Amino acid sequence: MALEARFRPGDRVRVMNAYPLGHVRTPCYIRGHTGVVERLCGSFANPEELAQMRSGLPARPLYRVRFLQAEVWHDYRGRPDDAVEIEIFQHWLEKA
Amino acid sequence: MGGLPAGPVEPSEHEYAEWERRVDALMVLLSGIKGPQKLLTVDELRKNIEALGPEAYDRMSYYERWVTSITQTMLQRGVITTEELARKMREVEERGA
Repeated sequence: MALEARFRPGDRVRVMNAYPLGHVRTPCYIRGHTGVVERLCGSFANPEELAQMRSGLPARPLYRVRFLQAEVWHDYRGRPDDAVEIEIFQHWLEKA
Repeated sequence: MGGLPAGPVEPSEHEYAEWERRVDALMVLLSGIKGPQKLLTVDELRKNIEALGPEAYDRMSYYERWVTSITQTMLQRGVITTEELARKMREVEERGA
């Protein structure tokens, strides 16, 4: 049992800018930033629920999302096309 | 810690102490990779490491964080009680005295 994947490779997505209590795998530094879906990695039990002794089901789609380093770090001095890729669950993403 | 400046990464290797090997084995057994029961998820381990607070996180070594987090998880799940833990810790201390 898994939730339906709402995004496809190439879609622009924004990471939810939220700071809930609990165990969250979405890094703080990427919240609120916009990137491009690189691939769907599969569907997995929600770690936020697994951390609280629950099943985490239904499984949720997990995406690899690509962000430009220069947009994430204001003082970034590398190449302008350098990217960081982060695996993020669907419920942390919205269409940009 | 999550996105904070931390200086350069310094890779280092060390021989594992016997207690560190035991903590590792404990994690394998409790997470059900081997053995009959699953009493812990890696996500609970991470949650309880994150709950240590920055001061404790920096002070503790890698396996100290693990054993603290495993203990917290066992208390939360009711596998052991605080009373049992206190009794056992006193026993071990007296053994070493």
